[in-house]
Amino acid sequence: MENTEKTKAGFKELLVQTWSRIAKFFWDSRFFWKRLGIAIVNILFAVLLTFLVLTLTPTNAIDSYAQTLVEQRGISLDEARKLAVEILGYDPNANVFKQLWDYIVNLAHGNLGTSIYLKDVTANSVIAQFLPYTLFISAIALLVSFLLGINMGSNMAWKKSPAKETFLTSYIVTSSAVPDYLWGLILLYVFGCSLGWFPLNGARDITNGLPVVIDLLWHAALPVLSMVIVQTSSWALLMRGSAVSVLGEDYVNAARARGIPNRIIVRKYLRRNAMLPLVTQIAISFGAIFGGSTLIESIFSYPGLGLQLSTYIGARDYFVVVGILFFTSVIIIFANFVADSVYSFVDPRVRRDS
Amino acid sequence: MTAQTKERTAGRPNAFLRFLQGVRGFFKLVFENKQAFAGMLIMLFFLFMLIVLTNVFPYDPTPNPYQILAKPSWEHPLGTDELGRDLFRRIIAGSRSVLTIAFLTGLFTVAIGVVLGMLSGLVGGWIDRIIMLVTNLFMTVPTFPIMLVLAQVTTITNTVIFSLLLSVFSWSGLCRAVRSQIVSVKERDFIQICKVMNLSKAHIIFKELFPNIASYVIVNFIMIMRNAITASVGIMMLGVVAYDHTNWGAILNSAQVYIMNPNAVLLWLSPVLFIVLFQTGVILLANGLDVVLNPRLRNS
Repeated sequence: MENTEKTKAGFKELLVQTWSRIAKFFWDSRFFWKRLGIAIVNILFAVLLTFLVLTLTPTNAIDSYAQTLVEQRGISLDEARKLAVEILGYDPNANVFKQLWDYIVNLAHGNLGTSIYLKDVTANSVIAQFLPYTLFISAIALLVSFLLGINMGSNMAWKKSPAKETFLTSYIVTSSAVPDYLWGLILLYVFGCSLGWFPLNGARDITNGLPVVIDLLWHAALPVLSMVIVQTSSWALLMRGSAVSVLGEDYVNAARARGIPNRIIVRKYLRRNAMLPLVTQIAISFGAIFGGSTLIESIFSYPGLGLQLSTYIGARDYFVVVGILFFTSVIIIFANFVADSVYSFVDPRVRRDS
Repeated sequence: MTAQTKERTAGRPNAFLRFLQGVRGFFKLVFENKQAFAGMLIMLFFLFMLIVLTNVFPYDPTPNPYQILAKPSWEHPLGTDELGRDLFRRIIAGSRSVLTIAFLTGLFTVAIGVVLGMLSGLVGGWIDRIIMLVTNLFMTVPTFPIMLVLAQVTTITNTVIFSLLLSVFSWSGLCRAVRSQIVSVKERDFIQICKVMNLSKAHIIFKELFPNIASYVIVNFIMIMRNAITASVGIMMLGVVAYDHTNWGAILNSAQVYIMNPNAVLLWLSPVLFIVLFQTGVILLANGLDVVLNPRLRNS
């Protein structure tokens, strides 16, 4: 009797302990859960926004798709219409809530959209085929411009001289006055047409017999360069601002007083600490590059997702367009979420503030 | 005539004079700042182009098949385009479309951003949270592709709707910045004193708070014009919005095909140069005004 009561009490205590541990875990990582909540709301918003585009599509697009189905499968028009509604997951005659529900169910099944003009083409297949190219050029552009900008910005903050100041100001003005796609046009003309150093279009050329990696880089050089020119200046500006505030900190003065060589102060004290706030910016600008690569890719006819997006927009193949759009939004939201969470774990001050 | 009315009538010219002095002081400051002065000159050039040159050199849109992609001459200073029309006149005619889009987008964006930002900063509470949530949503969607798709779906045929579309996707940054400015200014002493003195809400908002963010809003207005041109020319260049073939983006769209053609260099180079000149002017003016209007930067 006494024994069972004891175990009961022990069990109760264990329960309380477990619960408090779970509660503590959630409380400690509340920043993370808040971010997760925001990310989910963002994704819902992306669903609504892409659905809005879908409802704006002209009704006759579905009729023409039904017509193609009639020719392809030899069925009656009524059946074809039903089949079309089923395949596309969108019924133009149903009410809005039914449409939205169908759209969400379709997304949950992983169907981002089916092409109404091309046979056996879906948004999923387009993304699988062309996403790697966009990732390739965006990642290289981001990496190169980040490293260059960090170096430039910390140098500017460390040694102020009128010559450097003039150089930075004029570089920033010129690089931001010319949008990246116009840089692309200029580079394409100078290095592609006039000098002929770089290929004019495409991502691969099997005929030239170069190794795969070299060939890919050679084709990616001009698109990447036009993005790097524009982005480096914004990284440099951000880094300069951040580095100036780090230079005012006591530990930098203390390091100088201890006689630590300047080279090491810049590398280990200044650059590392000033880089921290820029971590979140990486994800945000990755999203910007990812969304903005449409123009660059179409100028260089680079077969990435952006070029596909503009091609399908031009062809008015809206179901594929909506799929690509939704996918791009989700990637950007995910990148933002990862950056915020990582940053909050790296820098405890952020966690405390919110 | 009582003493009071005398004072009032005497006050009017004083107020007007003070306004004039303010304008003169402003221009004096602009002239002293090299960047702002250069930017102002470039802006005046484009204004001149818009008002005078469009009337002096009217554009004739009829194609001329005998003069396709002709070299520059006295008759055609920049040569002719792909359908034999005078490129110089086409670019001048295009300034109307480009500059109107930039101006209207700036206006709409500032209106949305400032109203929502002030509302959010002043009222606080639930309204603040909802507005900030929506702002956050608009900051994390891929703006350019969505604008591109919406422009195609709605088949835009006039400048006002195009500008509205552009501004719907560009107000979020300004809104957030205005909110944080308002929140920081709201807690300062002079606002607290106004509250203690029982001055009206309208007085506090328009006479005390607004002047504090006005310079910030003006600089932002100019930078939004720059972004609007980047985006609108880009959309036009992809041929999605095609209601005006004189727009510089539309010229670039038709020139892209001829990039290999050595005769057509001016066809794509001249709109690029005009866009770059405009953007440079805008950036110089914004940087300069930032220094001129921001007292903290001016003194240092």
